[in-house]
Amino acid sequence: MEVSRHWRLRQQRYALVGEVCPHCQVKIFPPRDICPDCGQEARTAYQFNGRGEVFSFTTVLDPPAGHEENAPYTVALIRLEEGPMVTAQLTDLGEQPVEIGMPVEMVTRKLREDGERGMLVYGYKFRPLLTPA
Amino acid sequence: MREVAILGAGLVPVEEHWERSLVDLAGEAVRLALEDSGLERVDSLILSNMLAAATGVAQLNLGAQVADWCGLRGIEAFKVEAACGSGGSAFRAGLIAVGSGHVDLALVVGVEKMSQTTGPATTAGLATAADADYEAAHGPSFVALNALIMRRYQHEYGWQHADFAPFSINAHANAARNPFARLRHPITEKEYARARMICDPINLLDSSPIGDGAAAVVLAPASQFRGEGRRPRVIVAGSGAATDSIAIHDRRQPTWLTAAERSSRQAYAQAGLGPEQIDFFELHDAFSIMAALSLEACGFAERGQGPRWGLEGFILPTGRLPISTHGGLKARGHPVGATGVYQVAEVARQLWGEAGPNQVPRAGIGMAQNIGGSGATILTHILRAG
Repeated sequence: MEVSRHWRLRQQRYALVGEVCPHCQVKIFPPRDICPDCGQEARTAYQFNGRGEVFSFTTVLDPPAGHEENAPYTVALIRLEEGPMVTAQLTDLGEQPVEIGMPVEMVTRKLREDGERGMLVYGYKFRPLLTPA
Repeated sequence: MREVAILGAGLVPVEEHWERSLVDLAGEAVRLALEDSGLERVDSLILSNMLAAATGVAQLNLGAQVADWCGLRGIEAFKVEAACGSGGSAFRAGLIAVGSGHVDLALVVGVEKMSQTTGPATTAGLATAADADYEAAHGPSFVALNALIMRRYQHEYGWQHADFAPFSINAHANAARNPFARLRHPITEKEYARARMICDPINLLDSSPIGDGAAAVVLAPASQFRGEGRRPRVIVAGSGAATDSIAIHDRRQPTWLTAAERSSRQAYAQAGLGPEQIDFFELHDAFSIMAALSLEACGFAERGQGPRWGLEGFILPTGRLPISTHGGLKARGHPVGATGVYQVAEVARQLWGEAGPNQVPRAGIGMAQNIGGSGATILTHILRAG
């Protein structure tokens, strides 16, 4: 069931809350309290703006257990505007072909559900950046 | 540290051993390795395994269980785990145990039982090599993570999918001559190009197969075995271990195996040699992209030029640096937690001159590299005859 795991990650899954290093200003996601760049303590919360671009991507045809209902789906590495990279699914693609460098933005979507009576797990996915018409 | 030699090895063919249990497979490898070494007992049994906890086998405490099964009840025994790098990690643990003088005779056995579960469960099990909260939770299979690296690599350096074909073709050709290999059939360039897509750009013939298997080697102080017997003495000349972030997204250079660079440099320095002196290389070709990245990080190919070593034929048994001489992960098979021990045993077989139809013409110094996860844990070992 992993209730505590999903609860623990809610700030990251729903709001992309990471950290900023007070010593070297580098932005950190996921939060880890120790700056991966300078090695000093970094506990200052920082909310990412959710925009980024596709660094790489692939389509999963043979999903791991628990992800069967979404297959096929596209998984990508997203370089966030503030610097860090995240692994996430792309969504709302329509007919649009995915390309490296494509601008995307974070949205909240269902990641998986654990059976009919299980939990619904929500979190971040990324869609093509909406531009005003 | 005292010098350590490999006395003997035992291999079980990689297959779907439906009728055999994990301990049964491990037990056979242990028995064969002891027989090959002319021993009845060892002081310590170090076992490597990845998936027994994560999938249907659901058995821990494997060290004690396998030691007892093999008639070695009473000796020290424990498991080492570092995902697909478990075998190399266990070998290094054995090396340190014997090298330090704490243990005189150590047996390292790698074992994996992957046919126990259905495809999606095995796929989920393999994904435990990645970050559970920030990679696996978002649905990438382990193949998908490698596909992310391969697509980016092709984007940065301009290689086409077909440029990776020689890695898989060479592996299958070598496996066809190896009775212990899982996929004993050669493949063509056309078959490679037309294989079923798994996670673009990685297709079925870029990927290593799952399988059940076990391999074991016996380690002893080199000074006690001078090689006057039936085979030349095989010495562990260099050993290196390094890590990178578990998640690809946390790496500074996602298309470079930093831990392979670090661990191979340690191994070269310890052995007092450089890449140009390595005669053959058992690398971790779980996916064709990993063969290219490994050749680059270990100082053979220039950065971004790994595929050239396949295209130029350098990797063939008669080439400048034969790789995957027994079929590699691609075609010998990849029983994940056992793979690192198969690699070391295969290097030893070459150095003993006992590789049969897989024997490479020049086998004085061989290297094995075992990777855990998508590049997080990397072990490099250099063995030499002497």
